[in-house]
Amino acid sequence: MSTSADWPARRQGSEDPSVADEGDDAQARRDRGAEPWALFEVFVRARRGLSHNHVGSLHAPDPTMALQNARDLYTRRQEGVSIWVVRSTDITASSPDEKDAFFEPAADKIYRHPTFYDVPDGVQM
Amino acid sequence: MDAEADLQQHFDELIEADVRIEPRDWMPEAYRKTLIRQIAQHAHSEIIGMQPEGNWITRAPSLRRKAILMAKVQDEAGHGQYLYSAAETLGISREQMLHLLHAGKHKYSSIFNYPTLSWADMGSIGWLVDGAAIMNQVPLCRCSYGPYARAMIRVCKEESFHQRQGYEILYTLSHGTPEQKAMAQESVDRWWWPSLMMFGPPDSESSHTEQSMAWKIKRHTNDELRQKFVDMCVQQAEVLGLTLPDPDLAWNEERGHYDFGEIDWDELYRVIKGNGPCNKQRLDLRVAAHDNGRWVREAASAYAAKRDKPATPDRDNPATPGRDNPATPERVA
Repeated sequence: MSTSADWPARRQGSEDPSVADEGDDAQARRDRGAEPWALFEVFVRARRGLSHNHVGSLHAPDPTMALQNARDLYTRRQEGVSIWVVRSTDITASSPDEKDAFFEPAADKIYRHPTFYDVPDGVQM
Repeated sequence: MDAEADLQQHFDELIEADVRIEPRDWMPEAYRKTLIRQIAQHAHSEIIGMQPEGNWITRAPSLRRKAILMAKVQDEAGHGQYLYSAAETLGISREQMLHLLHAGKHKYSSIFNYPTLSWADMGSIGWLVDGAAIMNQVPLCRCSYGPYARAMIRVCKEESFHQRQGYEILYTLSHGTPEQKAMAQESVDRWWWPSLMMFGPPDSESSHTEQSMAWKIKRHTNDELRQKFVDMCVQQAEVLGLTLPDPDLAWNEERGHYDFGEIDWDELYRVIKGNGPCNKQRLDLRVAAHDNGRWVREAASAYAAKRDKPATPDRDNPATPGRDNPATPERVA
């Protein structure tokens, strides 16, 4: 398990050798004039009766601004009736490296599916 | 097999099976870097692309046209945001990307280095520039990298309004007074060739195409998409009653496509290298907008920091908002 859904901590900033030559993060921050705003994940309920779906992410200084930015960014054409914003760092995600072991227990339990069972000819189910 | 080869094999199998690569998957460094370069350049193009049209908002000929143009420019800001978010999943920060754009180290589409000299240019940009962009972007909805493909699906949905509104502007002008029709024709004459250049260098000179197609980032070559665009535009120009400024444009029965004239590639390389009509103006304005917005970002951060501090005991107002009392959107069901 590790925190953060899509933003692996090891790849943030210039510590990562793969992006070190892409620019100087500290200089970039000075250009911006403040510490970077937090990253929020945005979930939108498209209409009543549906659950919230992840639609993307954005940066904001606080949750209130994140909601307002999410409205402007993800619901310009009435795509939603409700929005959640969650700090990306508050999400705990399974790691893809563990995927086989983590999801393996479900793989050999085919009896959890209705198609596992034989149904006698002629019976109406 | 060593671990790296194992990971590479798993990645290759996912690409071969045409399923999406997701942010936390292992991926070759070259794949990551190619995507960062392409998505960031795409995002920058949307942001810089607000300028040529923003130029005409105050002079739109009617309230209807003005409201539409504002909505379109706002969409482009949104497209830039979707794409920056997608690029961030690859490990580059928003600040880094903006810094690289402002420092001239990242490119954006050369088309936005041309000036918008008449109202008809709002029509040509919608019809030709957005039309070419759609041609490029629709296949990207099936790009092998999940976050990029998802961003492109949103962008493409919104982009078709852009193209239609541009076409409507040109149709209205070309069926108006002779002066209005001449304005439309003059605009199409200026934008046609730069629009064809938007598909990039010819396949014979495109250094990245082969690898990008193997990785299923790109699905068609530059020349394939350019040909498709030309084929589409000919009939649309006829309906407009306008001509495309190419004497060599002719139907080729054998190929089943339109032949078209030689593109001035020197011009494209000149503009890419920074010597187009508006390169300096576009970048200067972007940097100024960023610098002039600094106090807003600082004020928002300061306000958030103040609210984050533990509330000082206040007998008159015990429910002072603090960390434990944020604006909760809705109880999670």
